[in-house]
Amino acid sequence: MSRTTVIPFGPQHPVLPEPLHIRLVVEDENVVQAVPQLGFVHRGLESLVRTKDFNQMVFVVERICGICSCIHANCYCNAIEDMLGVTAPPRAQFLRVIWSELHRIHSHLLWLGLFADAFGFESVFHQFWRVREHVMDICEATAGNRVILSINVVGGVRRDLVPDQIRWMLVQLDETEKGIRELTKTMLNDYTVQERTRGIGVLTRDEARLLGAVGPTLRGSGWECDERMHGYAAYKDLNFVPVVEQDGDCYARSRVRFYEALHSVALVREALNRLPESELTVKLPGNPDGESVFRVEQPRGELFYYVRGNGGKMLERMRVRTPTFANIPPLLHMLPGCKLPDVPVIVLSIDPCVSCTER
Amino acid sequence: MYMLKNVLRNLSGRPATRLYPLEDREPFPAYRGRIHNVVEECIFCSSCARLCPTGAIAVDSRAGRWEYDPFLCVYCSVCVEKCPTKCLKQECTHRTASVGKFLVSRTGTPRVKKAKTEAGERKAAAAETGG
Repeated sequence: MSRTTVIPFGPQHPVLPEPLHIRLVVEDENVVQAVPQLGFVHRGLESLVRTKDFNQMVFVVERICGICSCIHANCYCNAIEDMLGVTAPPRAQFLRVIWSELHRIHSHLLWLGLFADAFGFESVFHQFWRVREHVMDICEATAGNRVILSINVVGGVRRDLVPDQIRWMLVQLDETEKGIRELTKTMLNDYTVQERTRGIGVLTRDEARLLGAVGPTLRGSGWECDERMHGYAAYKDLNFVPVVEQDGDCYARSRVRFYEALHSVALVREALNRLPESELTVKLPGNPDGESVFRVEQPRGELFYYVRGNGGKMLERMRVRTPTFANIPPLLHMLPGCKLPDVPVIVLSIDPCVSCTER
Repeated sequence: MYMLKNVLRNLSGRPATRLYPLEDREPFPAYRGRIHNVVEECIFCSSCARLCPTGAIAVDSRAGRWEYDPFLCVYCSVCVEKCPTKCLKQECTHRTASVGKFLVSRTGTPRVKKAKTEAGERKAAAAETGG
């Protein structure tokens, strides 16, 4: 006879870097229901928009998320630039892509490590993080900070890359790619890894669309949907191809992220080789007035910004929708029916970023 | 099994980490580290205080005092970039851990108003008489 028990998963859990609480209703070892609870790290960052100058807000939106800060700032700056009717110069667009893709590489490498940790493969975890250090060094040497780059400003970027730096970056990128490729067989062909991830947390093609999944969670279920395909910033000038997998399980999602990390290395290399010559910023015509929306692709999926200005220094309203928020309904659909030891693997497979979600 | 080669290489090779803080890495020259003000060159224009996104800098232009809270600072270097006299400098080393919070205060010579020139006085007098 089965007995129903409620097991709390989080907010403090060894596999979770951030506080997310899920109440798991289990019958023996099988999960039958998952109820989420959020709100542990709410900071009220959106309301700061009324007290800070729109230029200073760039540094606030960067702090919404530690791991994709540059992409948050990129989206915010693009939304304000749209409202002001200006476009960042071509070199700035390329530099934005370079730093955004570097963020995607280190985010995916961090995730691949954490994912390996979730199914108990510690040596892969450490190896991925060791490879990731090359990317962190590139960020530190070029932008000045390891994580929060503070590179974007409304109208362009703040730092340039000199030829010496570009040569050094290309060497570091080669090292990164070599390090990732060394782990290909382990991460994708290893028997243990396949046993722990294949056929677990399956999200079918139709379910992924109906539940509103975004990013690698959606692409792992067979949808070719990536904001970068729309060609914001300099993506229209680069050879970007979205990575798509068909199976919709945890293994497919890890494959998407693995190949995306490699594709991002190629994108950074291409952008560095084709960096056009131009100014870094444009002059702004005044204060933002009106409203605008902008969408970019974060490592976790689609990021959406809505901003409204009233002609003053401060904006009137800002609304952010982050990919993890969109990926929580699919997660709740994946959990029922799985075994309890698979819960950490499934939760991590959407790459939850709770600080993004709660702001 | 695919990982075995890697694990053995890591076991026999040098460690990837350093014995920090005993062993330090050479800092990158472009790193945004600690900020200091060469107060002798400062004109107390307050542009750094106005631009700072966290309000970590306070300037009293009458007393000639520049105050900076390193624990509020996010090291975005906006102040350094926009300083008109380039007296704000950023080093490439970071501040080490501290057991207590403190303010950095620098006092210099406040900016004196420019003495009126003869031409300026004549212009002012002409404006007063309406001619």
